[in-house]
Amino acid sequence: MTSPDATPILKSSHLLGIEGLSPFQITALLDLAETYVVQGRATDKKTALLKGRTLINLFFESSTRTQSSFELAGKRLGADVMNMSIKTSSVAKGETLIDTASTLNAMRPDILVVRHQDAGAAELLSRKLDCSVINAGDGAHEHPTQALLDALTIRRRLGGFEGLVVAICGDVLHSRVARSNLRLLSMMGARVRLVAPRTLLPCDAERFGVEIYTDMKAGLAGADIVMMLRLQLERMSGAFVPSAREYFRFYGLDRAKLAHAKPGALVMHPGPMNRGVEIASDIADDVQVSLIAEQVEMGVAIRMAILDALSRGLS
Amino acid sequence: MNRRIAFRNARLIDPASGLDAKGGLLVENGVIVDVGPRLFNDAEPNDPEVIDCRGLVLAPGLIDCRVFTGEPGGEHRESLESASMAAAAGGVTSMVVMPNTDPVIDEPSLVDFLLRRAAATAKVRVLPCAALTRGLLGETMTEIGLLQEAGAIGFSDGDRSIANARVLRRALSYAATFNALVIGHAEDPELVLNASATEGEFATRLGLPAAPAIAEAMIVERDIRLVELTGARYHFGQISTRAALEAVAAAKARGLPVTCGVSAHHLMLNELDVGAYLTFRKVRPPLRSEADRAAMVEGVASGMIDAIVSSHEPQGADTKRQPFASAAAGTVGLETLLAAALSLVHEGHASLSHVLGTMTAAPARIFGLPTGTLARGAPADLVLIDTGEPFVVDAEKLHSRARNTAFEGRKFQGRARATYVGGECVFDAR
Repeated sequence: MTSPDATPILKSSHLLGIEGLSPFQITALLDLAETYVVQGRATDKKTALLKGRTLINLFFESSTRTQSSFELAGKRLGADVMNMSIKTSSVAKGETLIDTASTLNAMRPDILVVRHQDAGAAELLSRKLDCSVINAGDGAHEHPTQALLDALTIRRRLGGFEGLVVAICGDVLHSRVARSNLRLLSMMGARVRLVAPRTLLPCDAERFGVEIYTDMKAGLAGADIVMMLRLQLERMSGAFVPSAREYFRFYGLDRAKLAHAKPGALVMHPGPMNRGVEIASDIADDVQVSLIAEQVEMGVAIRMAILDALSRGLS
Repeated sequence: MNRRIAFRNARLIDPASGLDAKGGLLVENGVIVDVGPRLFNDAEPNDPEVIDCRGLVLAPGLIDCRVFTGEPGGEHRESLESASMAAAAGGVTSMVVMPNTDPVIDEPSLVDFLLRRAAATAKVRVLPCAALTRGLLGETMTEIGLLQEAGAIGFSDGDRSIANARVLRRALSYAATFNALVIGHAEDPELVLNASATEGEFATRLGLPAAPAIAEAMIVERDIRLVELTGARYHFGQISTRAALEAVAAAKARGLPVTCGVSAHHLMLNELDVGAYLTFRKVRPPLRSEADRAAMVEGVASGMIDAIVSSHEPQGADTKRQPFASAAAGTVGLETLLAAALSLVHEGHASLSHVLGTMTAAPARIFGLPTGTLARGAPADLVLIDTGEPFVVDAEKLHSRARNTAFEGRKFQGRARATYVGGECVFDAR
């Protein structure tokens, strides 16, 4: 089974980041994903588009949702999916990333999904491997499939991006989700704000054409979308933020702070959440404002669309 | 019933506005409601309480930006109450207290405790600084946002420099988020380790462990770089060398939010005053060369040094009656701050209004206080000063619980005659 339009959406055989994509390509991917939303809700969720293809999930960092989302996306398109995690790989025995790549290359996969703690790891693998490489997160650099699934979620709810005010709040400094999202959303015409204490804001962030706020109430004022980021436990004990209670007091999303956003503003979170640190439980669980569950569903659809788009370039 | 106090026949000096004129001042319910050269000229005030100042100087109460007390944990040396009595006697109406106590003031509940204790026992205003790093260990930042909400007016590790530049960078960055004031101590901790004097001929003659004076400028220069990087408001609690002053001056010229203070003893004394191992003159940073002392006086006169502070640091006989190298550093100073500062006026280095400004308008500006001025609407924190009265410092007559004054036997001219906090008389020697 092939998609209706056979022209390649992606020029490259890899998806390494939002940087390098055009608004046209993003729109095409989102459009394609819509068909997979429908497929994902049908009784028979499976097609044979990638029949006979091998997809390897190579995760050097632990992941629950991204890895399972790619696994499900691959399986629904009929591919054979193999999961490799750091604990079982020979990297744990001291092998270099290049050696791991060569070994995997010899197994002749068609698509490699990689997550690595170092920025640029996916780029490096894409140069060493013969297959398509999808970046599932490299250090604090990019997480393009997350940004695309967030875009799909927003577009389905609000119809588009032009003029939307999106406040990305929290640990922007260490966040690849924030970097991919601000690239994508700015490109699509949204007004992106970054809200964080200065210790969690990257240097020269304003150069990305975003507005910077250190006061969350001011940063949320008039926002259509409040996008919360995860704060790692090890970063809230004095190095970047003095304590979890102080973080929640000033940067945790609760009803009082959300009240400053536009009435009806929607809340997103890439997960996994730290309840009571960056987000109050009652907001996370409020289906009227929280898109968190929807994001997960869109994650599978957008990854199917990406696999579809990349497979068109496969020989 | 409104409580009114009329001050008449005063020499009003308000450095904040430049006012220096004979006149009167009217206080109502603890607030200055009228002030000026013509007030009470035409008619005698018919208020229940009239104070004839008999030509003495009436100025805003002094704000001492650097005070160590022993409360909590070292009340045998100094409590908030005893420190406040010394303050009142010295014309000081607000004390900025450092967090170097036991326990260290690094928790919002401890700031709250300090403010409650002060309200219950202290005669003058107590403005608590919280620690910048937990336990003053220089490792992890404190809850600056919550501490600020609890009432901390600044963040400081007191008499400790943060050795780790990465830790300081993040702490300054985080402080900037809350527009919090950071107060730093400038001594490279490794360079001054175990030192009790400034390196030089004199220390060599005495055989004292000493550290080079540049230990100060090194930290001043480093911290200024980090201020430039982070945008934090930064006040050097006290500097003592020309090199540090030049670094601060250069930073100010570049428009950086940097201010600095100098202690009264670094203005009055040099390294030679240690004499025959006088431990009461062992201070941190140690007394400097005469050239550096003179540079400090010059810095106050030029306005490059913002504030004169006491660096009041009470010690007991147990910690001071030791060989010099083993003795604790520090001198009390709340009661001699004004007199020492007035020496600069008597010696012709600066005007009275300018010198008083370093202890009123300047600290109020640095800490964002409503006090430190005679303006209408300001709290009636006032000091009545006899600038000419001579006296000899006698440790036995100090109000402070600790008697370790570096100025024992020193002849000064000028002292507080009466002190008012929020319109209440807290000291009266008229």
